Amino acid sequence: MESAIIIEKSIFIFTIFAITMLAAMYSTWAERKVAAWLQDRIGPNRAGPLGLLQPLADGMKLFSKEEFLPNTPNKFLFVVGPAISMSVALMTSAVIPWGDKLVIGGHEVILQATDIDVSILYVFGVLSVGVYGIMIGGWASNNKFSLMSAMRASSQMISYEVAMGLSLIALLMMSGTLSLKEISEQQAGMNWNVFYQPLGFIIFLVCSFAETNRTPFDLAECEAELIGGYHTEYSSMRMGFYLFAEYASMFISSTILSVLYFGGYNYPGMGWAIEHWGVNAGNLIGVAVLFIKICAFIFFFMWVRWTIPRFRYDQLMRLGWQGLIPLAIANIVITGLVMVRHELAAALGF
Amino acid sequence: MSVQTMSLSGRKKEVSNKKMSFWESLYLVAIVKGLWITIGHLFTRKVTVKYPEEVRTRSAVWRGQHMLKRDEQGRENCTACGLCALSCPAEAITMTAAERKPDEKHLYREEKYASVYEINMLRCIFCGLCEEACPKDAIYLTESKVLVPASYEREDFIFGKDKLVMPLEMALANSKNKN
Ligand code: SF4
Ligand code: SF4
Repeated sequence: MESAIIIEKSIFIFTIFAITMLAAMYSTWAERKVAAWLQDRIGPNRAGPLGLLQPLADGMKLFSKEEFLPNTPNKFLFVVGPAISMSVALMTSAVIPWGDKLVIGGHEVILQATDIDVSILYVFGVLSVGVYGIMIGGWASNNKFSLMSAMRASSQMISYEVAMGLSLIALLMMSGTLSLKEISEQQAGMNWNVFYQPLGFIIFLVCSFAETNRTPFDLAECEAELIGGYHTEYSSMRMGFYLFAEYASMFISSTILSVLYFGGYNYPGMGWAIEHWGVNAGNLIGVAVLFIKICAFIFFFMWVRWTIPRFRYDQLMRLGWQGLIPLAIANIVITGLVMVRHELAAALGF
Repeated sequence: MSVQTMSLSGRKKEVSNKKMSFWESLYLVAIVKGLWITIGHLFTRKVTVKYPEEVRTRSAVWRGQHMLKRDEQGRENCTACGLCALSCPAEAITMTAAERKPDEKHLYREEKYASVYEINMLRCIFCGLCEEACPKDAIYLTESKVLVPASYEREDFIFGKDKLVMPLEMALANSKNKN
């Protein structure tokens, strides 16, 4: 029995790993396509049908580039930086509930690598380590532009983590659990959290943009001021890892947004589908639905990128500390008041 | 209307530095407006011409590759007067003049002709001024859609008489059409 579980989990983890990599790979393709469409162009269409082989070509190009090591005393950290970014981006996927469960040969398979009951804390813990990847890379590059960019990125991520956590507290007050699985289950049908927590959702969304270093918060990579940002000195696959980590974390952020606010794998009529078409079919549709939601969010990330210009650094900090944090706190207070409205009314004598 | 308030485009906006309200400083409304504009472009017709497969339609007055003309009897029109070279704003044309021998009367129409006539295609801007300047109707820009081919050598872009002079058969065919 023990070894069966290990094999089952290994297969599952491997699948998730592959899917995340694939999603990150094709996000680069999608990014170019979306950018082109929004600018009335066509986008990559030479490598394979619809340019679908473009990511492979890019990967091959990156692999064949020279591995350049700048003259830095921190050679070890220089190599470790991209590795941290990449592993952090991939680690979060461990606690995501991709679906409910499958029954294979009378044996229940839970579509989640591990269901720890503090999974949200785990996600946030891991995400905040991500800043080390950027910070270490920028520091070890021995380049003042990389360092400046790393400083920007880390101060931005730290500031927005506060608002992100606060916006989440309101959600957790409602759900009463830290487990992503249970939060998904609570949103069965169309009982999605976004309808109960619209303000919290918007704050969380804005903070996700900042956390993933996406436009309009990509100050860490603004070419006009900082050359290439923290990965200026990087080349070949190390550079590829940084770029890849950005897309992987975009994928993970979209997943978390879908799970927390858009019902995860739930879709209206799920109970009916499970009853009539069986557990497997119903839950596989659920997985597909989750992926559709994720793709929609990824598209939204890209759509915003090609719409809004980059924020100025002071605007970014003001928005974070003076805009989002007070709003998030107000959201907590409002949520609390609504939750205790009956007790409150009784106490006030209505 | 005074000069200060006048607006030719009708879209002039006063710059104001008024303080933004709290909601404005969250930029949400402005961002949604922007998103609405860009999503519209997702569905517009794309302007790209897929070049090797599609070739853009060219205007009726398209000025293509130059040609040095022959008359109906197949003689070259050019008399090496140099007016085209003088008029060329890009200084792309050079030539060497030579005197026609008595036995070359069937080759050149005038007593003086260009023994060397070269246009540097890297310099030429296809303005057509050479065609306008020529008193002998000798040089003109054809309708040819073929662009100057790419090459690794600069010399390949200097087109001599071998590439510029109208082929003899074409001249004869032209004269046949006329008669
Ligand atoms: S087309 Fe214009 S630029 Fe070209 S050779 Fe004639 S005059 Fe010069
Ligand atoms: S092409 Fe015309 S303008 Fe130029 S040298 Fe010959 S005759 Fe003169």
